[in-house]
Amino acid sequence: MASASEISRARDEAATWHPGQVWQPPSRGQRWFDVAFRNLCLVFAALTIVLIVVLVIEIGLKAIPAFREYGLSFLGGRLWDSNKQTYGILPEIWGTLYTSLLALFFGSLFGVAAAIFLSEGYLGEAVFKLLTKMHLQLHPFWGTLPQRLEGLLKNLIELLAAVPSVVYGLWGLFVVIPLIRPFCNWLHGHFGWFPLFSTDLSGPGILPAVLVLSIMILPTITAISRNALVAVPQKLRMAAYGLGATRWETILGVLLPTASRGIFGGIVLAFGRALGETMALAMLVGNANRLTVSLFSPANTLAALLANTFPEAGAHEIPVLMYAALVLLAITLLVNVFGALVLERAAAKAEAI
Amino acid sequence: MSDPRPVPAKKSGSEALRHRAEAAAEQDPFAGVDFSKLEHSLYRPRTLFSVVLSLIVTLMTMLALIPLFAVLWMLIWRGGQKLSLAVFTHLPPAPLEQGGGFGNAIIGTLIMIGIASLITVPLGILTGVYLAQAPGESRLASAVRFSAKVLTGFPSILAGVFAYGAIVLVTGGYSAVAGGIALFILMLPTIILTSENAIAMVPAKMKEASIGMGATSAQTVWMVLLPTAMPGILTGVMLAVARAAGETAPLLFTALFSNYWITSGGHFNLMQPTASLAVLIYNFSGMPFKNQVELAWAAALVLVVLVLIINLIGQSLSRQQVQS
Repeated sequence: MASASEISRARDEAATWHPGQVWQPPSRGQRWFDVAFRNLCLVFAALTIVLIVVLVIEIGLKAIPAFREYGLSFLGGRLWDSNKQTYGILPEIWGTLYTSLLALFFGSLFGVAAAIFLSEGYLGEAVFKLLTKMHLQLHPFWGTLPQRLEGLLKNLIELLAAVPSVVYGLWGLFVVIPLIRPFCNWLHGHFGWFPLFSTDLSGPGILPAVLVLSIMILPTITAISRNALVAVPQKLRMAAYGLGATRWETILGVLLPTASRGIFGGIVLAFGRALGETMALAMLVGNANRLTVSLFSPANTLAALLANTFPEAGAHEIPVLMYAALVLLAITLLVNVFGALVLERAAAKAEAI
Repeated sequence: MSDPRPVPAKKSGSEALRHRAEAAAEQDPFAGVDFSKLEHSLYRPRTLFSVVLSLIVTLMTMLALIPLFAVLWMLIWRGGQKLSLAVFTHLPPAPLEQGGGFGNAIIGTLIMIGIASLITVPLGILTGVYLAQAPGESRLASAVRFSAKVLTGFPSILAGVFAYGAIVLVTGGYSAVAGGIALFILMLPTIILTSENAIAMVPAKMKEASIGMGATSAQTVWMVLLPTAMPGILTGVMLAVARAAGETAPLLFTALFSNYWITSGGHFNLMQPTASLAVLIYNFSGMPFKNQVELAWAAALVLVVLVLIINLIGQSLSRQQVQS
């Protein structure tokens, strides 16, 4: 057995550089730097977990006074009046879930459709057919056009997510609301007995908020669903075509069921986004403390309540708002953790095929 | 020959085949096959269904893209009218005042993104290095990865609530630093996940060659992995910056807003309320004055152009990424 001093002498001997030698083992300083760097990376990585814990604790601690005072009845209360010190967030919880679910419906309908359009390569196919008619499909410039257009389309849909939400809010306020108002009021006038149309759209309201929200979550759904569809092994598609299935029999019978977990995970993550989305809703939903199913009525959401009330809140209102923030945090964390788990499972399953 | 079958059996088999082929040649092999049934025809419900659904999907994708062009068109049309050199150099106008601009908001946005990037970039990239280097079964690595994924969906308003509690209440006032820290929480997960991806994409042979030459793992990271993965990492940084530039909710009650330059009073002070483009758009969009609303559209145009440029830089960088 070599003693510790012998080992360290041998290591130093190996670390000395001899003339003409190309390689060189790390010096003592380099070894020290290596250990320090690796530990630094470890600490930074651990900080990410610490950050989430601190976020939850910070908001939770600040909410304790309000929790003691109002307890669970806060969740069921319908009134928010800082003069009477009565607070309840049932309308906000309802508004958050209602707008998010409606937006999720439109968002996933169009998002999955766009994902199918992208993963099937419809655009490239059409352009290629056109090029073949013009005998340009092998041209060095025009021949690459189908591929480049496909890439452009994918980027355009991703750009939908790049537009800041406050800009969507501005657009919704000055373009969408005036545009849909006559139609909504016509619906209210003729079908006012139907609960969804039971009020008229006088300005901001649920429908414009939902429309803008679904545009905002569409890119998330499209990107994740497209990845899931592309990950379906080519042999499954070929087998379906080989059995004589048409394109849509293949899509509905083979591709969508195989990619369903990934698509579902994407939809859950988009739901999380919609629940937490703030600015577009704060500008478009109308900021009214109302419990309603009417699409044209103003309402409120948790995030919009925080954005609108926090800047002017008095000292006694801050803990109450922190309590509302804690509720929002709990809902979104729950949905996001569930979505991330579903996607992880889906990835594991996709590898197994 | 390795054929185990006895020779006579084989002979008779091939003879039988030849007989059958001769018999088949005498009559039409496709007799009784109705070719019109095999052709692609829109009159058959199966194919019609497929074509109709294809058309619907095409239509829906085009519909989904309309908002993008509608927003861009409105920004150029309404924002472009107001755009001039003055809006970049002047301070926001008071109500009923004409003219004015949002020079201080542009500076404020850049400063707060700078503060956030200063914290996030080292933290995020080194975490990405750790995740890419960690062995597959590492519990900590999968926990960190999972936290980062959960953080991507963290509501931006809650980042503001956190920074309000942790910075504004502690330091006693709204400040650019509080805004920067709120933005940092939103930028971190993007940078972590894209750096991990970019580093994992570096061909294994490059890493192994470096270790084979006697490099320590820190040297491998600094001299081989990071330089090779740099385009991918920068793409992630650009995406995170683009997202942070447009964020409003976390700044509403951390950086608040200011009608003055950040150097007001003669000295540069990060611990005072700071204007940002996003909050300016929000505040001015709700005002009943025509001048303010027009400025909000111009600010939105500037913000979107800024975000799109950062995004495009990120996308062009990602094309330079080395693929394994």
